[in-house]
Amino acid sequence: MPPGTAMVELADVVVSFPTNDGGDYTAVSDIHLQVEAGTFLSVAGPTGCGKSTLLNAVAGLVAPTGGQVLIDGQPLRGLNDRVGYLFQQEALLPWKNVLDNVAFGLQLRGVGKAEREERAREWIWRVGLSGFERAYPHQLSGGMRKRAAVAQTWLVDPDILLMDEPFSALDVQTRQIMENELLDLWTGSGKTVIFVTHDLDEAVSLSDEVVLLSAGPASHIVGRYPIDLPRPRNLMDLRTRPEFTEIYARIWADLREEVMKGYERTTANTADRRR
Amino acid sequence: MAIAVVGIGTWEILVRADVMDAFFFPRPSDIAEQIGDWVSDGDIFDHLLITLTEALLALVIGSVLGLVVGFVLARWQLLAEIFDPYIKMLNSLPRVVLAPIFLLWFGLGIWSKVVFGVTLVFFIVFFNTYQGVREVSAVLVNNARILGAKEGQMLRHVFLPSALTWIFSSLHVSVGFAIVGAVVGEYLGASEGMGYLISEAEGVFDTTGVFAGMVVLAAVVLVIDLVVHRVERFLLRWKPDGAI
Repeated sequence: MPPGTAMVELADVVVSFPTNDGGDYTAVSDIHLQVEAGTFLSVAGPTGCGKSTLLNAVAGLVAPTGGQVLIDGQPLRGLNDRVGYLFQQEALLPWKNVLDNVAFGLQLRGVGKAEREERAREWIWRVGLSGFERAYPHQLSGGMRKRAAVAQTWLVDPDILLMDEPFSALDVQTRQIMENELLDLWTGSGKTVIFVTHDLDEAVSLSDEVVLLSAGPASHIVGRYPIDLPRPRNLMDLRTRPEFTEIYARIWADLREEVMKGYERTTANTADRRR
Repeated sequence: MAIAVVGIGTWEILVRADVMDAFFFPRPSDIAEQIGDWVSDGDIFDHLLITLTEALLALVIGSVLGLVVGFVLARWQLLAEIFDPYIKMLNSLPRVVLAPIFLLWFGLGIWSKVVFGVTLVFFIVFFNTYQGVREVSAVLVNNARILGAKEGQMLRHVFLPSALTWIFSSLHVSVGFAIVGAVVGEYLGASEGMGYLISEAEGVFDTTGVFAGMVVLAAVVLVIDLVVHRVERFLLRWKPDGAI
């Protein structure tokens, strides 16, 4: 692919943070990655491998220490205004009800009350929360709060969607339903998705491509795996199909190695400290 | 209620039986009579009005100052570090010693009491604002920024509501302190107000008047507390039950 045609491109990206003892901790290094417009890409890897750091770099929340983030061929400076970000943690404003939370992005853009509420109501309906417009986040279940967050993120119509283990706090059933609904929303939307997860199953079933990161610190890309399972996919029976199992097994072989490395590193560290 | 009836009844009986000295412990019936007199000649309402005006002014001015300073220091870490020792020092000062100085500076009128009340209210609101702004979760901040919030909008939609949560939950304390400020200020030197009324009665060893003043103040504060509770419940209605 010639440079500059990807929707999101990470060129030689390094991100490091100063640590408390005065040193530097390199979260990710040497990241080369192009994401074409309209693709669903998952980033998988062992815990603590800098997956979220990568998303923050694309969002412009973290400036890379080295290298560049290119959005649609343009180097990113400051906050990326073309992304929507679905966080792992609760990000709804607790003092706004569902309607105001979903409409928040439009309110910030100066859209009038009547129009933004009408558009918010439509999204509330699409994520199945009709009737809960006046409820405050604490009155909803975890799954419902996630739906509201999805509506909040999509309503401002970002070109790129960043998702940081958005469903990891949900129970298994709710999670499968949400994954299915996410695919339905995404299909035909033309949006570029970068989805971070430590769950390989989720990564394979949702994505066009899975990128595997090595164990931290200084994680780099270990492998890229195109997922050529046919779309539209039904997640409920996809997981039992032989093609799925085959791809899954191939990636898992590599991931397992990284997981073990990461595990040994952390246990070795603990052993060092004990000595 | 039963406790109050039994307590006051016992008191009345003990004083009538001369077990307790009526000079130090006036009969509840006398206190009630005194309050009745005050209410019927209308004097008490003027004094109450003055005290409550002072308290309200102290509450409003102290809150606004606390809010502004709290915000500024919470958003600019450098300023916070510079001013931290001064704020700690001022806050650790027993405020009562300031009252005579404010009397000299601002005179016997209401403003010396208002300023005194402000020094009490300010620190409560300041600390709560500071905490409220600092404790906003990073995810809420990042999410709002990604959704397109500018600094001014962050203030209005994220930081201010978060700080208000803290301020409202300390509203009882702030209101109480504003009234304390007014009454103590009047007590030390004034020509009107509830504190003045009490100190006057004390000056002529009229314990009945002192107790009557206390009862009126207590009743008024109770009513105000009830109103504050309602206001608080309405403003923090988005919070889970039991969190207030």
